[in-house]
Amino acid sequence: MFDYTFQWNQVLVRLPKMLDGALVTMEVAVLSMLIGITLAIILTILRLSGSRPLKAVATGWIEIARNTPALFQIYMAHFGVASFGIHFSPFVSLLIGITFNNAGYLAENFRGALKAIPDTQARAGRSLGMSQIQAFGYIILPQMLRISFLPMTNQMVWAILMTSLGVTVGMNSDLYGVTQDLNALTFRTFELFAIAGVIFYVITKFITLSARIIASRLFRY
Amino acid sequence: MIEIQNVHKSFGQLEVLKGIDLVVQKGEVVTVIGGSGSGKSTLLTCINGLEPINSGKILVDGTEVHAKSTNLNKLRRKIGIVFQQWNAFPHLTVLENVTLAPRKVLGMAKAEAEAIAERQLMHVGLGDKLLAYPSRLSGGQQQRMAIARALAMAPDYMLFDEVTSALDPQLVGEVLETLKMLAEEGMTMICVTHEMAFARDVSKRVAYFHQGVMAEIGAPEQIFGDPQHPETRKFLASVR
Repeated sequence: MFDYTFQWNQVLVRLPKMLDGALVTMEVAVLSMLIGITLAIILTILRLSGSRPLKAVATGWIEIARNTPALFQIYMAHFGVASFGIHFSPFVSLLIGITFNNAGYLAENFRGALKAIPDTQARAGRSLGMSQIQAFGYIILPQMLRISFLPMTNQMVWAILMTSLGVTVGMNSDLYGVTQDLNALTFRTFELFAIAGVIFYVITKFITLSARIIASRLFRY
Repeated sequence: MIEIQNVHKSFGQLEVLKGIDLVVQKGEVVTVIGGSGSGKSTLLTCINGLEPINSGKILVDGTEVHAKSTNLNKLRRKIGIVFQQWNAFPHLTVLENVTLAPRKVLGMAKAEAEAIAERQLMHVGLGDKLLAYPSRLSGGQQQRMAIARALAMAPDYMLFDEVTSALDPQLVGEVLETLKMLAEEGMTMICVTHEMAFARDVSKRVAYFHQGVMAEIGAPEQIFGDPQHPETRKFLASVR
């Protein structure tokens, strides 16, 4: 019916290279999440602040991150800024693009979580003599992170999958980039990308499962 | 001493306090009664500076609460307040709920804060719940925890804002017993309450608030036995 001979051996000997790529993929995703969560907390605080310009910056960021393609965001971080003479390596551009996206989505999740925490919680903290920052840090923030823990896990999965967009800005050390290069070398397209797909699946499954275990350890209340 | 001088407070167009004057001496227990919307709870949140006032003055040990130069975080250390909704911190154990402020606000060492917290929790009858999370506690237990949490800061004054109003009837008694115990120990307290028997037993003076005005204040025997203001008479007749 169709004339294609599977040649898995050619691909399996190159599996170590792909696994190295998977490590880079995870590195980008983890970094983008750590920085993204930090930025999302800052965006959330800016949105709560009384200052109009600060609110506008936060709202603008969130709007762009959530309403434009991730590919556009990564492109802008590489070729867009290059127009102004700012040049980043593909790794840095990809990291900036995904982090920008993460921060926007997470800030929106945090806003929803904040709405679920009664105002009286901060008030109780303030009435015990805490400053506004202390009340936020010790009372609001931990509850906010708990409520948005599952959405954060989702975003982490997205971050892993978004790394595949790095090839468009010349990234070739991550899982998808390595796979693409190997494909150019061997033309074993189906086998290579099928294995890449399995590796992506295993990574994201591992993340969701470990998140569930962490949640049950962390949130005992 | 808490001195409240001609305090006016509005929420938008609505004036909720219309010139309140009240002095509470050290060691005194004053209860505030009155219908809802009479401004009693607002007065408490003004005393610890959670709410700004429009005019007048509130002095706590001579410090003007609403003066710009006043460090409210510092002032609030000596004014404990417990709300109708106890506001337990759900992510912390009972012990952590009580040690949080002493550690982070007063900079106390963990062991010292825990010793104080354990003593306060024992005091309110929660010595066996130290490691429980608030969600495992009844409303009355959570409210007693909130009282211990305020007491752990070693305040000079305690403000109680309808602390039994949100409780199931069978849990009211245990919280009132705790308040009574505090009063007997000489704590200076202002209690906003709907519990008339409690007001009669515990307070040195009872104030009746009506539509933002303190219509009447006096010894409990006088307020409950021989109310002078027609609104006080009307209110007491309606709650009896």
